[in-house]
Amino acid sequence: MKEIYAWAAIGLIILASTTGDVLLSYSMKRVGDVGELWKRRGVLAVVGRVLRTPTFALGLMAMGVAFYSLLFGLSWGNLSLVVPASASLTFVANALAARIFLHERVGRRRWIAALLVAGGVVLMAI
Amino acid sequence: MTFRKYLVLGGITVFSTAGDSLLARGMKELGGFSLHNLSGLLLAILNPWVALGIVFLLTFFACYMSALSWADLTYVLPATSLAYVLVALIGHFRLHEEISPTRWLGIALIAAGVGLVAAGPSLTPGHHRENSAEAAPDTVSQEVEL
Repeated sequence: MKEIYAWAAIGLIILASTTGDVLLSYSMKRVGDVGELWKRRGVLAVVGRVLRTPTFALGLMAMGVAFYSLLFGLSWGNLSLVVPASASLTFVANALAARIFLHERVGRRRWIAALLVAGGVVLMAI
Repeated sequence: MTFRKYLVLGGITVFSTAGDSLLARGMKELGGFSLHNLSGLLLAILNPWVALGIVFLLTFFACYMSALSWADLTYVLPATSLAYVLVALIGHFRLHEEISPTRWLGIALIAAGVGLVAAGPSLTPGHHRENSAEAAPDTVSQEVEL
């Protein structure tokens, strides 16, 4: 039973952190290149524009959910299962979500990279 | 990609690694926490290692957000995984920890993945980009994927 809870937490971590990353990426694309904005209008304009983007707050909330899911997952499962499983699957889920929701061109190069990184993270954790 | 942008990507790796290590060090100094001692968790920020760790993690977040403002999510994310490699290498060369062949293979896979993405375009044509397109037209690469 504990294993089911651990995998449920892993699923929740992947869902929440992918949602968070997509929302944050979407927000920052709407804000625009912050380096250019900083040069033209100053740092306060950058901070103001980021904070006034509603999806930014939603992204932060999703990241918060992911963090607490990780804490719950760690209380039910082993560190050596929960962290590598959620981290590596998040890379793959993010590539999929970036393609669908952010319309990024995830070509063969980036798919192979996502799988290499996901595999590497698992190998480093076992 | 300008030098400044590579610096920001490097900042993501360095600040997240340093922040996590400082937090871990501080929390170990303070000892374990239980649900009955939540006020202790709030006071943890008074520990200098924890406070410094939080500052580093905030810097990491600023670098991460900055990178996402001019690069694809699928371009920035592999760079964040370099932090795993950096932690292992610091452990090996500074703390003389053993790295097993499996972990060396993991390091090689992550490095290969990051290299593969970094060699490609940082921004691919997508929607929702009304501001960044006029601000930095040079970063919108039309390079065809593999």
